[in-house]
Amino acid sequence: MSSIELSFWDIGLGALMMALLAGLLASYRLGVSKTLLIASARLVLQLWIIGKVLGFLFEEGHEWYIPIMALVMLLVGGREIMARQKRRLKGWYSWGLGMATLCVCSFAVALFGLLVVVRPEPWYVPQYSIPLLGMIMSNTMSAVSLAMDRLSSALYENRAVIEQRLALGESGSDAIRGYARDCVRTGIMPVVNSMATAGLVSLPGMMTGQILAGEDPERAVMYQIMIWFLIAGGTGFGIVLSLKLMSRRLFDERMRLRLDRLG
Amino acid sequence: MTAFGTGLPLRGGFGDGVSWFSVRDFEYLDWRVDELFLQPGEVVAVMGESGSGKSLFLRAISDLIVSSGLVEFEGVSRESMRATEWRRKVGYLPAEILWWEESVADHFLGIPDEDTLARLKLKPDVLEWETSRLSMGERQRLGLLRLLDRGPSVLLLDEPTSNLDEVAASRMEGVILDYAKRAQAGVVWVTHSKEQAERVASRRFEMADKKLKGLANV
Repeated sequence: MSSIELSFWDIGLGALMMALLAGLLASYRLGVSKTLLIASARLVLQLWIIGKVLGFLFEEGHEWYIPIMALVMLLVGGREIMARQKRRLKGWYSWGLGMATLCVCSFAVALFGLLVVVRPEPWYVPQYSIPLLGMIMSNTMSAVSLAMDRLSSALYENRAVIEQRLALGESGSDAIRGYARDCVRTGIMPVVNSMATAGLVSLPGMMTGQILAGEDPERAVMYQIMIWFLIAGGTGFGIVLSLKLMSRRLFDERMRLRLDRLG
Repeated sequence: MTAFGTGLPLRGGFGDGVSWFSVRDFEYLDWRVDELFLQPGEVVAVMGESGSGKSLFLRAISDLIVSSGLVEFEGVSRESMRATEWRRKVGYLPAEILWWEESVADHFLGIPDEDTLARLKLKPDVLEWETSRLSMGERQRLGLLRLLDRGPSVLLLDEPTSNLDEVAASRMEGVILDYAKRAQAGVVWVTHSKEQAERVASRRFEMADKKLKGLANV
């Protein structure tokens, strides 16, 4: 059993929806219709390219294409984390910190998924490794950028309070513990919420895809559950690690709050 | 100003020609302070126009902003101590006291004694209050107690009576001077009031043109 193939005309009909929406938004003068159209165009272009790339990867199957692909994902993911922050660390720190987090957490969790849980033969086979890494990384990326953005804002807004706590002899980590906790909560809530409503309100994307492709729903569900655990793991560990790295950078060796290191 | 003039040695007095608390060749941002010495129990006043860098001076000594130079307490340099330890010894009281926990008591390690509360005209149950209901004056008085609660050996006070009327200010002065005497703590007291400086301090300085200058005694 295979899914119905979509032609370019079918996609064009789908795109009609975007054109209608852009027209409606333009009539309200919201200024987002241009952004919407650009995003739609990017979606088409990027996915068309990735379709080609993955097809090439699966056909040719050179194993060293996989780390190159993973590296590109890492670079783009790190840049995206940086771009989503209002007050980012100066210099290379912002990009580097996001990338380090993605590298440690997403890679570790994806490896765990491949080597321990799914165990495809060989373990790095791109049909499994690339989508798995992609799903974990994109979720970690969103959560990490949200948490880092919240932390830098919280420290900036509460800098006077933090300084007074330091003045009383508290350590930097004691002085910001409350804010860091809030950031962990904020970052992890979207994942927790979507896990809690999974299947009730929404059918998760990957599972839907597998069902459309003709997979037995119960098997698709098993995959989705496993993926979600991996995503939650990568997200949670990623948030904690990124906040640790960021707060370490925002205090110096004399335990001074260094907001001048934010741009 | 000489050692004979005030009856207090300007330097020395701790060990062999070493000052008990000293700041030398001290630089922060554009400011430069050649020297400031303190003996146990001694109070010095720092005056100067607003924006002259007095508060920055205190924050720099307590190592909250970047500074360079030699800062020593009991012959031990600031840098050879952990920053948290240094700030517990050398306590800085900001001009505007902020609160972060829900109740006043959450900001204290111990319990301030009732006599001191009464002297500062604070209600005995003030510790149970929510911090959001404190008035400016109460914030300032409790801010001092919050600092003294940590038992610092040197006090860096930034206009500690700026939100208080004259009567309350003189009570506050009394509490600070008693602490300095009892704990043999040195005090750097930033004030804009000449009268207060003359009342509380044995020596007075003025921050002007990004430098600290000694003022003649009256």
